[in-house]
Amino acid sequence: MFDTGISSQDLMALWLTLRLAAVTTVVLLVLGTPLAWWLANARTRASLVVETLVALPLVLPPTVLGFYVLLMLGPQGPIQAVGGPSFAFTFTGLVIGSVLYSLPFVVQPLQNAFAGVGRELLESAATLRASTWDQFRSVVLPLSRRGFLTAATLGFAHTVGEFGVVLMIGGNIPGETQVVSIAIYDHVEAVDYASAHLLSGLLLGISFFMLLGLYAVNGRFRLTTL
Amino acid sequence: MIHFDLQLQRPGFHLQVASQLPPEGVTALFGRSGCGKTTLLRCLAGLESGAQGHLQVNGVSWQGNGRSLTPQQRPVGVVFQEGRLFPHLNVSDNLHYGYRRTPVAQRQLHPPEAVELLGLGALLQRRPDQLSGGQRQRVAIGRALLTSPQLLLMDEPLAALDALSKAEILPWLEKLHRNLSMPVIYVSHALDEVTRLADHMLLMEEGKLLAQGSLQELLTRTDLPLSHGDNALSVLAARVTGYAPGDYLMQLRIEGSGNDQDGGQLWLPCHQPPAVGTVVRLRLAARDMVLSLSPPEQASVLNVLPAQVLEISPDPHPAHRLVRLGVGQNTLLARITLRSLNALALVPGSRVYAQIKAVAVD
Repeated sequence: MFDTGISSQDLMALWLTLRLAAVTTVVLLVLGTPLAWWLANARTRASLVVETLVALPLVLPPTVLGFYVLLMLGPQGPIQAVGGPSFAFTFTGLVIGSVLYSLPFVVQPLQNAFAGVGRELLESAATLRASTWDQFRSVVLPLSRRGFLTAATLGFAHTVGEFGVVLMIGGNIPGETQVVSIAIYDHVEAVDYASAHLLSGLLLGISFFMLLGLYAVNGRFRLTTL
Repeated sequence: MIHFDLQLQRPGFHLQVASQLPPEGVTALFGRSGCGKTTLLRCLAGLESGAQGHLQVNGVSWQGNGRSLTPQQRPVGVVFQEGRLFPHLNVSDNLHYGYRRTPVAQRQLHPPEAVELLGLGALLQRRPDQLSGGQRQRVAIGRALLTSPQLLLMDEPLAALDALSKAEILPWLEKLHRNLSMPVIYVSHALDEVTRLADHMLLMEEGKLLAQGSLQELLTRTDLPLSHGDNALSVLAARVTGYAPGDYLMQLRIEGSGNDQDGGQLWLPCHQPPAVGTVVRLRLAARDMVLSLSPPEQASVLNVLPAQVLEISPDPHPAHRLVRLGVGQNTLLARITLRSLNALALVPGSRVYAQIKAVAVD
């Protein structure tokens, strides 16, 4: 029988997913901005290696990534070995995994945006007496608006859609680590197609409208800036 | 005074230039593409972190003893070849960018004056992508001036412009030259711009200084490549002394030509003469000079200057000779054929009459 209502457990999963995506996006923007700035300006062997590492989640199966993060965070992992807590099967653990998983989706748009600003305008700002931080704030940030919007949207949407990493690190604890994608998997396993439909449809809608908004806004920017 | 002795080592290129520049006027940094003139300008602005040596402007050290001010710490204005306006700011905000960051006590020029000086009033709300190339460079110049710099550096500000935009902006640059007392270093590989704007010149070749001095001196030095082309020319400063309205001619007196009997008078065509007393710059092409041993009679040439032959040297073309002439305290260059030189039996010291067929007035 089709049940049209949404169960409280599914609501919890939905809320947890959105919370996870929001926290992850904020963390990624904070960490990703300096990292992307460095990658956009440095041309050293180290930056080449870091750039490759950042891109790895694009090609790696999420389970592989999740497996290593689990080893890092879990019991007997290096963090516990130095006296830290175990993050496995916790919300914090999910955030750490998601940050790694969505890293390229935030860093790459930012890096491209920063590189697009170019050295020339920064030199120009420097000869107009702007300090380094001032140059970043008054020239780089406003000219990278589209990059930030793209980075935030992709980071958020990609985190909402993650499955493998969460399953490896977080398991499937309702209200604690169970996200929508895993709840859907559970419903399908239990042949509860109605609930699977409802959650899948919701996720499809959320993702579609987020991307639609991104392209609409970026398209509008494009029309006015070129 | 601006003193510097700067070096920069790059793979396959070594820059080493030492000079002293006067505290006012326009100094042209002239040379072929790739001779290092833009690099030297960037060293002066502090934009080349590898630059070694020292730089002093008006008694203040900008670089030396292993210390170097960053570009933002130097009271320097830079106008780049491509303007480099901020695309996200309108003209007004671009102009205010450096002004706002200049300490109040150091501000000598204010936005309304800069807008007036450069004719930017109608453009203030426009964005850089709505400006023509010439307008963009005028904004870039205004933006640099509004930091009240002690030294203005211009890196081929006209090179990226088409002929029309160049013609549009040159008068503004000449106006700046007359109105501002701050020293300007102007990088260019276009002799035409340099002879219109510069007072002094640093001639560069392969990262080194080939010669330096006043524009007039360097242009007429026959040992330098400037005098070797078909466009060899000399410059003179002349003061407007009168006007003959019926003939549409203005009367000028060459500066440094001594008393009236020296014949330092010129009559040049003009529609609206500048005010009496205005000093204009005359450019005389070496190929437009005719030399004779006696003053011409019943000739159509209006302008004849008594002169003395200072030096005769070969021209790249075997049929021609370059003759350096002294007119009062000025030196001029004439290019004549070897046959004429022999027919007139000219030698250094000969007295001649230099007839001027054409003059460009700036």
